[in-house]
Amino acid sequence: MKIRHLVLLAGFALASALPAGAAPAKLNTTADHSKFKELQQEFASGPEVTKACLGCHTEAASQVHRTKHWNWEFLNPANQQRLGKKNVINNFCISVPSNYAFCTSCHIGYGWKDGNFDFAAQENVDCLVCHDTTGAYKKLPGLAGHPPYKDTEVLPGSGKIVKATDLAKVAQKVGKTSRDTCGACHFFGGGGDGVKHGDMDSSLASPDKELDVHMDATGLDFTCGTCHKAASHDVAGSRYTPVARDTGGAHIRGKEDDSNPATCQSCHGETPHKKGEAAKLNDHTNVVACQTCHIPKIARGGVATKMSWDWSTAGQLSPEGKPLLKKDDKGRVIYDSKKGDFTLGENVEPEYMWFNGDITYTLLGDKVDKTDGITHINKVGGSATDGRSLIWPMKVFRGAQPYDPVNKTLVTPHTAGNDDTAYWKNFGWEKAIATGMKASGAPFSGQVDFIKTDMSWPITHMVAPKEAALGCADCHSRDGRLAKVGGVYIPGRDHDPLIDLIGWLMAGGALAGVIGHGALRLVRRKD
Amino acid sequence: MERIYIFKRFERIWHWTQALLIIGMMATGFEIHGSYTLLGFARATTVHTTAAWALIALWVFAIFWHFTTGEWRQYIPTTENLTAMIRYYLTGIFSNAPHPFRQTQLRKHNPLQRLAYLGVKLFINPLIWASGLAYLYYNEINAAGYAIGLGSIALVHSIAAFLMLTFFIVHIYFATTGHTWSSHIKAMVTGWEEVEGDARSVP
Repeated sequence: MKIRHLVLLAGFALASALPAGAAPAKLNTTADHSKFKELQQEFASGPEVTKACLGCHTEAASQVHRTKHWNWEFLNPANQQRLGKKNVINNFCISVPSNYAFCTSCHIGYGWKDGNFDFAAQENVDCLVCHDTTGAYKKLPGLAGHPPYKDTEVLPGSGKIVKATDLAKVAQKVGKTSRDTCGACHFFGGGGDGVKHGDMDSSLASPDKELDVHMDATGLDFTCGTCHKAASHDVAGSRYTPVARDTGGAHIRGKEDDSNPATCQSCHGETPHKKGEAAKLNDHTNVVACQTCHIPKIARGGVATKMSWDWSTAGQLSPEGKPLLKKDDKGRVIYDSKKGDFTLGENVEPEYMWFNGDITYTLLGDKVDKTDGITHINKVGGSATDGRSLIWPMKVFRGAQPYDPVNKTLVTPHTAGNDDTAYWKNFGWEKAIATGMKASGAPFSGQVDFIKTDMSWPITHMVAPKEAALGCADCHSRDGRLAKVGGVYIPGRDHDPLIDLIGWLMAGGALAGVIGHGALRLVRRKD
Repeated sequence: MERIYIFKRFERIWHWTQALLIIGMMATGFEIHGSYTLLGFARATTVHTTAAWALIALWVFAIFWHFTTGEWRQYIPTTENLTAMIRYYLTGIFSNAPHPFRQTQLRKHNPLQRLAYLGVKLFINPLIWASGLAYLYYNEINAAGYAIGLGSIALVHSIAAFLMLTFFIVHIYFATTGHTWSSHIKAMVTGWEEVEGDARSVP
């Protein structure tokens, strides 16, 4: 590492020593956007930049308009569930409607502040959030997807000022998407760094090989788009209809293949282990997902991920009526009056289950009952026998969240906002939920209780080097990683207790018999 | 006292190589089974699989040897003297009674041995061999359309292993029941067995 840093430093020193006017860095595109007259102007807003972009990239906006990234809506063809960020409920910040202006800081558009957003407006598409290469483009919560156009305090009273965005500079330096641009939203899902996924956080912006063999910044240096290959702005890969078992083999140029290019198998095929001892591992690939062995732990990059969230304890205030913030010994927030109690984890062992790619959400309006035990926010399908499943690693996020005990539904509270009902300002559930449910167009009885929920997140990033993959005994042992996974015989884990009992009694009996026989011979020996 | 040459060189090499391999395979096999941890699962499977192929190769040679030399006849079961043998091990052996069986080059094994070894060769070994190969080639067998559960294969393999372990224990003990405690073992090493000169047949 030290040597690597030294080399980098030397590189910087050399670069800065070059005389001005030297040959510019070689571009890997044919267009230098800084030379475009259309971009050499002062832009007052994001949509103005977009209009300039669309002057040349005439079809870009309509392509974006067809994607989940834009609509936040997805109709699952398998079960006709209407999903997408706009519709699903989770057990993190719960739901989007009534909180648009905050949530849509991660929308690839401008101005989605309420239910009346114009999805057909081409200039509302935010080109820069994905194509920025400067790192200077930041959309702030509360601005409905806009970056700050004047110096802005991030949260009122925080004292943290974000400077006005230099839109012209950002626009002149646009380029391909990067780990930074995708990560600007996807690393921070759930309201903070690493909160949601466990296998995606800011440590992947510039990871070393230990953290991710593919994205290794000084090695293969994959971007997200290397696997999640996009055509016509439609990014491959889906959390709603994931491919759990890809038997299609590696993609080859010239061979028509519209299957998901983001699976491990789409490059590595199903028998990637070399000949010799490792070849036996190929016998595992019809049972175990690649990720199960090759992602031994999640949240390995030094950023903790949230493991649980108990909304039922939210709202405790200091004697002076001020919200509280409690931190653990590492300075991570474990209680926030706005949100309740959290637990966090680093280097977390995932949980394992059969998974076939079918995911059924519990949506607003679906009946939920406290007496059912734990309500699954998303129920993952899969079994040992359906021929479509593999054993997958999952981050299972557990929590308790508000629900309506009379109508027996989950609820969509209005959390963020500077108004009379937002929970994070007023700490009153009834009002917050009434506002939120009205925005969702759903009935609310006025009663609030809390229900235990869990949510499963298939793990697929942070692929470790092969030396750090799980070893045989991690699963092939009585109490290994797959101790709870049924439907499969795992040597070393499984055995027939009756046969073992009979077997040991038989062998033990034989041993006792011959010892007795021998002892008798010794005693009776005549010389 | 008389010394006769019972076990030829190949037989002795075969026996002791097989002994080594089977002990190694039992030690690693029960580890793979999850009964204890010794080498670790990965090394245990490597050793077990390598030893299995070595043993299979050895068996191929041994089978060839038995048929080309006619030695296979040593395992033809007989009831002659069988009850006498049983009686000897149950009572006679404790009172220094004469051994009811007289070893010759043509009759190396007493009737009980014949039965036991035949059982090993015709039942336990094939069971281990077949279930073990099925264990190794489980994926290929299923890919070929024969839906056999790994659990069933492992079950048969472990039953065979317990039978082999039991045979092994009894076999080692009976190795001490020769003219002296060690004469059978010496014979298996040198080929020469000491037999009682005045042995007589007991009906």
